[in-house]
Amino acid sequence: MIEAIFSLTVLVQAIRFAVPTALAAMCGAVTESSGVIDLALEAKLLFGAFAAAAVAHATGSAYLGVLGGVGAGMAVAAVQIWCALVLQANQVIVGIGLNLLALGGTRFLLQLIYHEGANSPAVPTFAGPLAANPVLWLAVLAALALPFAIRHTRWGLRLRAAGDRPDALVAAGVPPLRPRLYAALVGGALAGAGGAQLSLSIGGFVADMSSGRGYAALAMVILAGWRPALAALYCCGLALADAINFQLQLAGAGIPHELAQIIPHVLTILVLVIVGGKHGRPPRSLGRV
Amino acid sequence: MSWAELRPSPHLKRELIAVVIALLVSLAFGSVLMLVAGKAPGHVWSQMVLRTFGDEYLLGQVLYKATGLALTGLAVALALDVGLFNIGVEGQLVAGVLASGVVGAALPATTPAVIAIPVCLLAAAGAGALVGLVIGGVRIYRDAHEVITSIMLNASITGLALYIGNVALFRGGSTRGPDIAPGAQLPQLGFGGSSVNAVLVLAVLVVAGMWWLRSRTTWGRAWLAVGADPAAARCAGISIGRVQLLAMAGSGALAGLAATNFVLGHKHAFEEGLGRGTGLLGISAALLGRTHPIGVALATLVLGFLSVGGLAVADEVPKELTEMLQGVVVLAAAGAGPWLARREALQARAA
Repeated sequence: MIEAIFSLTVLVQAIRFAVPTALAAMCGAVTESSGVIDLALEAKLLFGAFAAAAVAHATGSAYLGVLGGVGAGMAVAAVQIWCALVLQANQVIVGIGLNLLALGGTRFLLQLIYHEGANSPAVPTFAGPLAANPVLWLAVLAALALPFAIRHTRWGLRLRAAGDRPDALVAAGVPPLRPRLYAALVGGALAGAGGAQLSLSIGGFVADMSSGRGYAALAMVILAGWRPALAALYCCGLALADAINFQLQLAGAGIPHELAQIIPHVLTILVLVIVGGKHGRPPRSLGRV
Repeated sequence: MSWAELRPSPHLKRELIAVVIALLVSLAFGSVLMLVAGKAPGHVWSQMVLRTFGDEYLLGQVLYKATGLALTGLAVALALDVGLFNIGVEGQLVAGVLASGVVGAALPATTPAVIAIPVCLLAAAGAGALVGLVIGGVRIYRDAHEVITSIMLNASITGLALYIGNVALFRGGSTRGPDIAPGAQLPQLGFGGSSVNAVLVLAVLVVAGMWWLRSRTTWGRAWLAVGADPAAARCAGISIGRVQLLAMAGSGALAGLAATNFVLGHKHAFEEGLGRGTGLLGISAALLGRTHPIGVALATLVLGFLSVGGLAVADEVPKELTEMLQGVVVLAAAGAGPWLARREALQARAA
């Protein structure tokens, strides 16, 4: 049993599980740091997963599929920013509306393109070991580069200003819409790649395959105090717990799978109850247009 | 974050225009999708209307969908009225399904309806209210955002219900629990053998009751005041926390009651996934109805028509098309209000 937990299999499994959620969490952290509430992570993952599968199926290349996922994530982010900042609709509602749209939309496209209700046809996956997976390296790169970029580049400075002091940004002659759009597009690209990992790693798209990962990622963002790398790290912790339980179940032990799936959610509630919602420092003008 | 822009303003005309815009945007979006699917939009829309309203059974199904949606929609609306966003309606609904299914099955088969029905209604409402209280309590006393706790609770309750079902309730490899006592089973209302049942009457009563509470009692005034301007409400001597907590309990109870439409009125047992999606769609109903009880009731009819109409024309376009439209309605309803308000402000400045 102990060997089953401390094995390479568990580690590889954990990394596989962690990549989509961690990418979504980094998207949430970046977008929210610029002052826009990001509840549309589910939509970015789902559309990303579908687009990646569709492009991979059409071109026969999983690598082009990743680009498809990235594009879909960015497109969702652009629509989100348009609704939230140009129409000035309530940002939480925009997120939920987009998630509903993604749930129905991906199934509509499945039906339209492949005449299937729940599954896409089999698509190419990444050949070779986990280390050959470009999405994994994108996630690692993002986790290393984002904290630096947010602190030390002009992009990051403007992003933080848009999230904390948009009035100062206006005074400096920069409309806050622009850094917020750039932040959302970078985030959308990451979350879209996360979606690509979801579908390409199992060789096809399945309806509702994001299954709440986007929401869990957002909870990790809040727990991490809107720090992208830390949020990604928390997601890895969740994934490790998932992977260990998966192995335990294979060994005939562990927690029943219905309960195992809700542990991250229960933990999140407990942490929120214990540390309270004032934990961390949210961007000062989060959700204000 | 304030939800002020989602609630009805004194500008009734602007509210109505916003709803009309939201519906037109959905109509346009749906038409584009039909073109993408290679069908003539005019033909599909007219078929959707003709088939749904020309068939007694389908009309009954619209009312059945609208019954559940009216209760979850009012649940979301009540929370919005006090300035909270109850996205946990889905979980509260599952809690109600589980509670009424378990309590109904535990009652002796000879229990008369006068006892069995109120007991099951109370079980459903109580379970929902309990979940609502948890979300409200964590928000008010620990300042954790209700949207996050609600979403986490939705997933947890769904998983827990499935676990309880698998361990204790489901029979013979199915995902259906034991039947509830005959006394607790509510009568169907006919309509060509459709699922619409006596809970429709309950829903109509709740709509009327919410309208009365909201516009004719000090309670309603208090909760609208808390939602509109917490600082002013506090100055008027209203306890914000107590009003919000009570409203969350009420909101959860309404969501729990929605479960009876499925358990007592239709399936007569706890089933995995029963009523799924009704909670999320309740958000659309509340937004489209601008949280006003009459508005919510009308919105549920529109949404009910969309989901049944989608099935009615499934041979023409994928039925997922109308599911997408339910998301579009949310986006358009949330965007149209602020857009109109800004346009009016611009015109006022120009004049």
